[in-house]
Amino acid sequence: MDLIIKNGHIVDPSQGIDFIGCVHIKNGLIIRIEKAVSAVMPEITPPEITKVIDASGLYIFPGLFDMHTHLREPGFEYKETIKSGTRAAVRGGFTSVCCMPNTKPVNDNETVTEFIVKKSLSEGFCNVFPIGAITKRQEGSELAEMGMMKDAGCVAFSDDGRPVGDSLLMRRALEYSKVFSSPIISHAEDLSLSNDGVMNEGYLSTTLGLRGIPAASEVIAIKRDIELAALTGGRLHIAHVSTAGGVRAIREAKRDGIAVTAETCPHYFHLTEAEAVGYNTAAKVNPPLRTIKDVEAVRQGLIDGTIDVIATDHAPHHRDDKICEFDGAAFGISGLETAFSLSFALVKEGVLPLNELIEKMTIRPSQILKLNKGTLKDGADADIVIVDLNKDFIIDPEQFVSKGKNTPFGGRRLSGLPVMTLCKGMVKYHFNNSIIMDGI
Amino acid sequence: MEKDLLDIKSAATADIELILNTASSFKDVLSRDIKKVPTLRGKTAVNLFFEPSTRTKTSFELAEKRLSTDVVNFVVPTSSVAKGETLYDTIKTIESYGIDFIIIRHQCSGVPHFISRISNASVINAGDGIDEHPTQALLDAFTIKEQKGTIAGLKIAIIGDISHSRVAKSNIYCLKKLGAVIRLIAPHTLIPPGIENDVADIYHDVESGIAGMDVIMTLRIQQERQSGGFFSSTDEYFKFWGLTLKRLQKASPDVIVMHPGPMNRGVEIASEVADSRHSVINAQVTNGLAVRMAVLYLLDSARPRK
Repeated sequence: MDLIIKNGHIVDPSQGIDFIGCVHIKNGLIIRIEKAVSAVMPEITPPEITKVIDASGLYIFPGLFDMHTHLREPGFEYKETIKSGTRAAVRGGFTSVCCMPNTKPVNDNETVTEFIVKKSLSEGFCNVFPIGAITKRQEGSELAEMGMMKDAGCVAFSDDGRPVGDSLLMRRALEYSKVFSSPIISHAEDLSLSNDGVMNEGYLSTTLGLRGIPAASEVIAIKRDIELAALTGGRLHIAHVSTAGGVRAIREAKRDGIAVTAETCPHYFHLTEAEAVGYNTAAKVNPPLRTIKDVEAVRQGLIDGTIDVIATDHAPHHRDDKICEFDGAAFGISGLETAFSLSFALVKEGVLPLNELIEKMTIRPSQILKLNKGTLKDGADADIVIVDLNKDFIIDPEQFVSKGKNTPFGGRRLSGLPVMTLCKGMVKYHFNNSIIMDGI
Repeated sequence: MEKDLLDIKSAATADIELILNTASSFKDVLSRDIKKVPTLRGKTAVNLFFEPSTRTKTSFELAEKRLSTDVVNFVVPTSSVAKGETLYDTIKTIESYGIDFIIIRHQCSGVPHFISRISNASVINAGDGIDEHPTQALLDAFTIKEQKGTIAGLKIAIIGDISHSRVAKSNIYCLKKLGAVIRLIAPHTLIPPGIENDVADIYHDVESGIAGMDVIMTLRIQQERQSGGFFSSTDEYFKFWGLTLKRLQKASPDVIVMHPGPMNRGVEIASEVADSRHSVINAQVTNGLAVRMAVLYLLDSARPRK
């Protein structure tokens, strides 16, 4: 089947494309991009079986790539499933998601990895790349079978949510993973310093009487892991950077030539700890929302390239996990369906140019994980998102297709709406049938 | 007045003063031979205590009974909640009995605020986590006013575990609103982050901190803070921060000494101080009853009628 997406404004940072043109797709692969104002029917197939999507006035990006998602399956299907989570992904413009291993059972062996891969192929709306656990059962005592998980489809390793406390074991993980050239993704947190905290430590946590997690809890862990990366030459990726100190540490490490990359999430460049006022459990997330200084530092990190990637840390929860006392509420924000628009706000505010934003949401994470994704290059899978950057809308969590409606962004007015998402050339999401499609 | 008493930090000064003035009238009632009035006859209060408490629960229960309120005690051991019902369902169940007051004590901060959002009853915070204990602050203010005539301009020191004390926090907010000059005295480990935004006058040395004070509030030191690394031993705590008669001499000659109870004699307060003429600790208990009666009475009039 052939497909042409015509007259859209194509932005593909992987090949420096930023012009109005057409994307030609054949058998689920991108075969050509041409700079043209109108699509001349290509010679390659008879016109009557070519389908045309008119993207006039719209933008065409490589499908977004989220390297930090929680799909909750197996084990927590009441919070999210591979099906509902990937459906949320394509609604948010994502065509690839990497799912964290803190499932039940933990994805710490090839059997669980294979289950996720198979289930994703049969039920998923987009590509799913599992991330395996660093340690067995994420218990931080013994390395998990990284090699076998890699063969089964894992693209990185992380004990997300339960960081490896033992420095020696983290050293071994960074060393051992080198042979598989898979990055170790660090959920950087010194748990002893966090001390069962539930929000950022400071005057506000004192005022609310909630236990605080100091910024130092993240900064210490980032610095430790950077030192271990320097010691081992292993590939380190820092997840969800939330602190000014963390950004500074990563910036210095990069200057020193240490192999470290980093991501942040929309809530860390938009929100502060003040969201927790009134014991608002929707704003309970780990790492916690910090101060305005941290928000500014994270933005600066995005600008100067210290932070490579914008990820979602999509952490869907059942309503019962959030309708309760703040201490007892689950950590996490459902992020897949708001991430693009929230990130596009940075472009509207003049913080980032559009092509840099798209780079951080497409080719950068794909490069870090050594995948041929996040690009519209000839021969790549036709994973594409078409976005209406002028479309204004108000975030309504009840409209989420994710099972997790937990977001502190409800009611916020944003612009930049993904209107069509294609995975391997197939339309997986189409907003309100808003695009004219001939021949389909 | 609002229908709930959730915290002092958001309470209006006028409301605090109204509660204190109303409490004076109820204190008169308590000095009579017949101590019961029919003010809240036909109303129902649930004392919902998720944390062990003898004093506060007894005080609320007596206050309710003195006002002729029907009283239900709902004491929930933490363990059974952990394995069973959600807080939401507990509240909805209680609400279905058609009750007027929920008096809530909970180990998690913000639970009274949560209940207030899901319940039409008047919610009274009887202590939530390390957040607030508003009725304690009100009874402390009442006691100070009773002893000193006025609160404005008084020099008041709070000594002890400020970090984990809901009593300290409610008192700071309450006494500041009433015009007192507050000083905190504690080791650095027991001073919560950012508190200097509320009270800039912080001492770590008890002897110099006490000098010239009109009122000294001591706070209960909990054993588990020792294992948490906040101080090394109760002996050492007493040696450096305990309120002794010798130290008390540095304070104003007519200083009053307060304690929210239960006391650890020989830890935060010397036995001689607790029993000295400066101590108003027992008056605090009596006044607690009057203040809680006032709170119940005023909240009942503030609650929208069905």
